[in-house]
Amino acid sequence: MTTSALAAPATGVNTDVRRRPGQAQGGENRSGWLFATPFLVLYVAFLIGPVLIGLVISLFNTTTVTSGLGSWVGLSNYAAVLSNGDFWASMWHSVLFTLLTTPLLVLLPLLFAVFASRVVHNRWFFRLAFFAPYVVPSSAVCLIFAFMYTPQTGLVTNAFGWVGLTAPNFLGTTSGAWFAVVLLTLWWTFGFNFILYTAAIQDISEEVYEAASIDGAGPWQQIRSITIPLLRPTMSLVLILQVLASLKVFDQIYILLAGGPNYSTRPVIEYIYDTGFTSYRGGYAAAATMVYFVILVAVSAGWLLVRRSRTATAANA
Amino acid sequence: MTTPLSRRRFLAAGAGLTLASTMSACGSPVVASLTGGQPATADVIYWHLFGGGDGVNMATMVDKFQKSTGISVEATLLSWGNPYYTKLALSASSGRPPDVAISHLSRLPLLAQAGLLERVDGGRFTSAGITQDKFTPAAWSKATVNGRVYAVPLDTHPFVLFYNVALARKAGLLNQAGDDLKPMKGRNDFVDAIKAMKDASGEFGAVCTITADPSTCWRLFTMLYRGVAGPIVSDQGTRVTIDRSAMEETFAFMQSLTGKLGLMPSNATSTTSSTLFSQGKVGFLFDGEWQIPTYRGVTLANGKALDFNVVPFPAILGPKPVAYADSHSLIVPRSSGRSAKRSADGVRFIKGLLNESAIWAGGGHIPAWLPVQQSKAFLHQKPQSNYIQAAFNAVYDPVAWYTGAGSDFQTAMGSVISSVMTGNTSPKSGVDAMTASLKQFSTARPPVD
Repeated sequence: MTTSALAAPATGVNTDVRRRPGQAQGGENRSGWLFATPFLVLYVAFLIGPVLIGLVISLFNTTTVTSGLGSWVGLSNYAAVLSNGDFWASMWHSVLFTLLTTPLLVLLPLLFAVFASRVVHNRWFFRLAFFAPYVVPSSAVCLIFAFMYTPQTGLVTNAFGWVGLTAPNFLGTTSGAWFAVVLLTLWWTFGFNFILYTAAIQDISEEVYEAASIDGAGPWQQIRSITIPLLRPTMSLVLILQVLASLKVFDQIYILLAGGPNYSTRPVIEYIYDTGFTSYRGGYAAAATMVYFVILVAVSAGWLLVRRSRTATAANA
Repeated sequence: MTTPLSRRRFLAAGAGLTLASTMSACGSPVVASLTGGQPATADVIYWHLFGGGDGVNMATMVDKFQKSTGISVEATLLSWGNPYYTKLALSASSGRPPDVAISHLSRLPLLAQAGLLERVDGGRFTSAGITQDKFTPAAWSKATVNGRVYAVPLDTHPFVLFYNVALARKAGLLNQAGDDLKPMKGRNDFVDAIKAMKDASGEFGAVCTITADPSTCWRLFTMLYRGVAGPIVSDQGTRVTIDRSAMEETFAFMQSLTGKLGLMPSNATSTTSSTLFSQGKVGFLFDGEWQIPTYRGVTLANGKALDFNVVPFPAILGPKPVAYADSHSLIVPRSSGRSAKRSADGVRFIKGLLNESAIWAGGGHIPAWLPVQQSKAFLHQKPQSNYIQAAFNAVYDPVAWYTGAGSDFQTAMGSVISSVMTGNTSPKSGVDAMTASLKQFSTARPPVD
C-alpha cells in the first residue's frame, strides 16, 4: 500500500533479473507491455495527452469561443498568471481549505476506525454508516446541505438555536461559508479515510493483541502501544492523499457557494474554470493550470523525499 | 405451455431492442451526440434564462406560438448569468447550439465578435418584416456590432424610480392630476424630493439595495455618472476612460444620500429594500422595473393595498435624463448543420414572440417591437407605459468582451460602489479602486480580436 512496502520486493526482482539475463526476459517484457496496453492507451489519451495539449495552448492566446490555437504569445500567459492577485488569492483559498480539513480528516477517521474495530456486535453497521456518505454524488450532498444551511429555516441554523447559540450566516459571510463547506466535506469524505484505517487495523495480527493481553495490557494500552504505532504508515498515506484531495477542492465550493461571497472562498480550480470557460480565455487558464500542476507535483515530490529519507533512517537504525 | 425463454436469448433480445431504439430515430440525442449533429427533438430548440414571473410569461408566449402555428418548440431554462452564457458560447463554438436563444444585449459584443451568431439584418428576417424601423432605436443600435445586426431586441428593461403614492401625496410631490410626480430637474430638486419623502415617512426617504447586490449598485452608479461623462472603458474595453472629477462628483453625491444627509439606509440588502417599500415605510425605491410584480397586490399593515407608481429617473447630475438599461434579445447561434426549414421555423418563432410581447410586458419590460409598444394592449398597461421614454434614453454597459448582465465586471465595479455608499471608502479612493480594478480587465488579453 505504501512505497516502503513496495520498494523492497522491487529491488529483489531487479537483482534477480540482473543475475540471469535470459531469453525469457524479452518475451515477458513484450507480453507485459501487451497486458498494459489498455491501461496505457487510456492513460495517454486522458492524462498525458491533455497535459501536453494544456502545455501547448498555455503558450498561445487560445480561446474557448473560436477554433484553432490563436496567436503565439510565448510565456506572457505565465507572467500574467504569476502577477495576478486573484490567482494567488484563489490559490490561498485552496491552501486554507487544505489546512482546515486535513487535520480533521486525518485524525477523526483514525479515532472512529479504532473505536469501530473495538465494537463487538454489528460492526458492519458502523462501517457502513461511516462509509455511506462517501458514495453520494457531490451535487446531491451540496443541495441537501444548502437546505440545511438556509438562514432562518435551515436545520443546521436551527440546531445552533437549540443550544442557545446564534448561527453564523453560512452562505453570506466568509467565515460562515468556510465553516459550512468544511463541515460538509468532513461528513461527506470521512468514509474514505475511515475505510483505509479500518483495512489497516484488520491487517494487524490478532496474535499481537493476544500476547499483549496475556502480558496484562488493557484495551487503552493496546490501542496506544500497538494499534496506533502499527498504523503509522497508513496515517502518512492518508495524510498525503488528503492533502492532494483537499488542494483540488472544487465541487463543494462551486455548487454550494459559487466561490462566494464575493470570491472570498473561490478555490484555484474554480478560478481556472472561471477564466477558461466563463471568460473564454483558454490559453491563460491553461497557464494557470500548469502553475497549479507544478505546485501539486512539488508537494508530492516533497512528501516522497521525506518518506524516503525516513525509510533510509529506519533501515540504517 | 410455451417453451420458456432462455436467459441468453432474453438478454440478446433485450440488447437488440435497446440498440434498435437508440439507433432508430436519427434525431435521438444519443445518436446526435455521437455523430456531432444537433438534436432534433422539436422543430425549434430554444434556450432562455427566465425563472419566476418572466418564466411563466415566456412559457405562455411559447405555448401560444405552438398552438397557433403547429411548430413545436422545446424551451430549456438554464440558470441565469455566467453559467448561461458559458453554456451558450460553448454550445455554439462546439457546433451544437440551440436554434434560437435569449441573450442580454449587453452580452452581445463577445458572442458576435467570436463569430458565433448569425446576422439578423436581411434575408429571412427582412422578408418576415423584422426591420430596423420597427424597433426602439437604442436597442437596435446596441444589437449592432461592427455595423452588422446580430440580435432581435425583445424588450428594454431600465433602472427606474418607484414611489409610494400615499407618501408622495403627503410630501406634496404629486402633480395636480395625481397620476405622476411634479417635474424635477437637477440634483437639488431630486434631493429635495427625497427629503420631503423622508419627512412624510418619518424613516427614510429612499432605499436602494447596496449590500450583496453589486449589479444594482452598478446600475444606480451608471445612471448618475453617465449624465456627466462617457463610458468608463472604450476601444472594445482595452482603454480605461474614466473622467476622474466626474466620477468623484458622482461618488460624493451617492455617499451624501446614505451618509451626511441620512436619506437612505447605507446597508440595505434586497430584503431590506423590499420590506421597507412593501410596508410603505419609504417613499422612493431605486430598482429595476422587473421588480414591479414583487409589489403588485401587496397589502399594508392598515389593510389597504400598497399604492405605488413607477417613473423614469429625472436628469440628476447632468442636463439630460439617463436610463441605465439592458435588453433581452433573440439570437440565432451559428450552426453549420441547420437545415433551411429549421432556420425558417426559427425566424417564425422569433416573429411570434415579438407579436406576443404585450404578454412579456406584464413582467415590467418595455417591448422593443414598436407595433406592440404603440398598441393599446401595451399602452393600457400601467405603470409600464409610464417609462417608455426610458427605452429611448437607454444607456447600456460599455462595449467590451467582459461587460454585461451578471458579469464579473459588474460584480467588481459594484463592490467598489457599494463600499463607497456604505461610507467605508472615500469618493477619491473609490475612483482609485475602480481604476485599479478596470486595469485588470482592460489589460487582460481579450479572447476575441
